[in-house]
Amino acid sequence: MTTALSIPLEHVFFLAIILFLIGAFGVLIRRNIIFMLLSLEIMMNACGLAFVAAGARWAEPDGQIMFMFILALAAAEVAVALGLVVQLARRFETLDIDRAEELNG
Amino acid sequence: MGLSFLLFYISAAVAITTAIMAVTRKNASHALIYLVVTLLSIAVIFFLLGAPFAAALEIVIYAGAIVVLFLFVVMMLNLGRSSVARESQWLRPGMWVLPAILSGVLFIVFGYTVLQTENSAMIEGQVVPPKEVGTVLFHEYLLGVELAGVLLLAALVGAFHLGRRYLEERREN
Repeated sequence: MTTALSIPLEHVFFLAIILFLIGAFGVLIRRNIIFMLLSLEIMMNACGLAFVAAGARWAEPDGQIMFMFILALAAAEVAVALGLVVQLARRFETLDIDRAEELNG
Repeated sequence: MGLSFLLFYISAAVAITTAIMAVTRKNASHALIYLVVTLLSIAVIFFLLGAPFAAALEIVIYAGAIVVLFLFVVMMLNLGRSSVARESQWLRPGMWVLPAILSGVLFIVFGYTVLQTENSAMIEGQVVPPKEVGTVLFHEYLLGVELAGVLLLAALVGAFHLGRRYLEERREN
């Protein structure tokens, strides 16, 4: 069974690269921590896309399994990071990441 | 030959456009909705690549759980009009030039590396069914599954700890 797709592997890799760089660009330009986390999600999705594409090239399930590990990592990261966002908003009353540079509680 | 390859390029264009929109919006809720569209178009691409289980997980966990978690926090922090004005203040014109140049340089480097690979081939969209994925996951990658479980437990404890202290502080005030 196939999906009748016939595209070069490089095209999927180029899409993954572009999405990853959009995410990196977002992390660099934003100061609001929520938008930085959102950009990180885009970057992790790009990595997952590259893994799934590589798995699809050889029709092996390993790519999808790596994607599932990335998914678990993303879920764990978001849970902890959003807890930190709530703490940041309570203590500094801002979402500006530059304000939280003192590192003393 | 079907319309599959056309669907791939359409979804790719939608994913790139909405990712750019998500990164540059000033209103957090709007950015999250754009992120959902990005994730859904990536899920379409997973389907086309012959990975239906990964596509389902992308929709259920990413678009369904992670983005909703983001939305909960955005609503809890009550980011309204004032936060949009503050975002405009933070996102000054001109500050995106250097990051854009750096991303462009990285794109050239990455693209050159990908084009240098000898192992170029066409993706035929051979479907790898969930059954096969599960069999390999629980045989060869069993240690990885256990480690992912430990990681999620650690995240649960960490998130609980951070949330609990927040509640205590609010009760004292």
